[in-house]
Amino acid sequence: MKYAFSFLAVIALVLIAWLGSQIPGMQYLFGVAIPYLAIMIFLGGFVYRVVQWAKSPVPFSIPTTCGQGVSLDFIKQDKLDCPTKTSEVVARMFLEIFMFRSLFRNTKSELHEGPKITYESSKWLWIFALLFHYSFLVIIVRHMRLFLNPVPAWLQFLDFMDAGAALQVGAPLLYASDLVLVLGVVLLFSRRLINRQVRYISLANDYFPLFLIFAIATTGILMRYFLRTNIDIISIKELAVGLVTFSPVISAKIGSIFYIHIFLVSTLLIYFPYSKLMHMGGVFMSPTRNMKNDSRAKRHINPWNDPTIKPHSYAGYEDEFREFMVDAGIPVEKELPPKKDDE
Amino acid sequence: MYNKGTIIPGLIIFVLFVTFPIWFNGLTTAGDLPKPELPPGGEKQCVMPADYMRANHMQLLNEWRDNVLRDGDREILEIDGKKYPKGLQMACMQCHTQKEKFCDSCHTYAAVDPYCWDCHLTPNEAASKEATH
Ligand code: HEM
Repeated sequence: MKYAFSFLAVIALVLIAWLGSQIPGMQYLFGVAIPYLAIMIFLGGFVYRVVQWAKSPVPFSIPTTCGQGVSLDFIKQDKLDCPTKTSEVVARMFLEIFMFRSLFRNTKSELHEGPKITYESSKWLWIFALLFHYSFLVIIVRHMRLFLNPVPAWLQFLDFMDAGAALQVGAPLLYASDLVLVLGVVLLFSRRLINRQVRYISLANDYFPLFLIFAIATTGILMRYFLRTNIDIISIKELAVGLVTFSPVISAKIGSIFYIHIFLVSTLLIYFPYSKLMHMGGVFMSPTRNMKNDSRAKRHINPWNDPTIKPHSYAGYEDEFREFMVDAGIPVEKELPPKKDDE
Repeated sequence: MYNKGTIIPGLIIFVLFVTFPIWFNGLTTAGDLPKPELPPGGEKQCVMPADYMRANHMQLLNEWRDNVLRDGDREILEIDGKKYPKGLQMACMQCHTQKEKFCDSCHTYAAVDPYCWDCHLTPNEAASKEATH
């Protein structure tokens, strides 16, 4: 029922924007005030969360090593999975962020008769996540055509390729990224329902962003292809450009579907810093990925350490307690200096 | 705060990315709103009301294309006593003769580049083609 709750929450948001935007004067609230508030909460919250993380000490050197570390000359180091240099860490982070390498290692475990447990590679999560994130990125970048005036050529090229990838179907042209985004969300959601283990650990706050993004994509697609009444891109772009040049105007009647779309996007922006969506910033801040595995070559200083407590080697320890150790019959590495009157 | 040297530049880059449209428009001095020029012949009547045309003309044209090219349905529409054959050049551009001043003004603003004109000619282009042949 955790998904039912999230689903109802999204429906409620749609209703609020749908009914609310029909009240005269409220267009300004949904089209201008809430989007401004949302982007401020998004930026402020995002920076705040990252700064909070940056303030947390990392007491130990904890990179996850997934390959051969530096050893003897004739043993080949796995530079990506056990990096010791900054350049190797950068390469590892790059592939993590752009290719989701950790998800590639995803396994599934199954209990068979016996009882016997089996593990096998499971790439679905990795594939679904790639489809989802990249189409989302393309859509956001493409949306810049609504905010930029004049629109740069590279953006038009992206638009052209995206519509071209869907074989220039329909009017306005269908985008491949729209299809893939919806497919990606549906697959990620199905995974949470179908995979028993994942279903067991899924919470309302795992379902909510999926439903929300699904609703954003659906309203966007409905607006572009189906519910076009009063969807005049010129007046929408006038508003969007107005928002980013700090002179927003709503000069014409814009269909409710637009206000629903933008209200859901505002909700997503506001929800972002408080939620698991912060993995966008968090991936950069993961000590298991962004640290070098060089703890044997370089001492990792725990920032919690009391600077007045100095390191104490065994040699120093023996120097301090040698007499007592000899007295108690404990073997020492260095004998007591011979006493003069012992001769 | 630890690792200030990488985290602060990282956050600055992030904020610059998110605010991209703000400073981009600021740097390029945002262009004006499009001002499509109405038909030079002064026609006021179209196949559908202006509001509808503004939002849906591309879908209407797509439908006409399917009717004519796929279904062979060349039925001539009669609206308020005026006859309109289904076609971009045969109907629309009879009144909207100036593509550059009408169609393009909004299409450029909204960054849409319809492939219709990969084949279709504007009246100006048609005239110059005729002259050279
Ligand atoms: C998380 C951010 C957003 C997502 C995921 C999203 C998603 C979508 C999708 C999937 C479409 C269908 C057509 C297309 O892909 O272009 C769409 C269309 C649209 N979106 Fe968004 N959207 C977002 C933010 C916004 C914002 C902030 C605005 C405010 C200006 C906006 C305004 C529109 C408009 C006007 C259309 C119709 C475009 C057209 O008819 O050509 N969207 N959106």
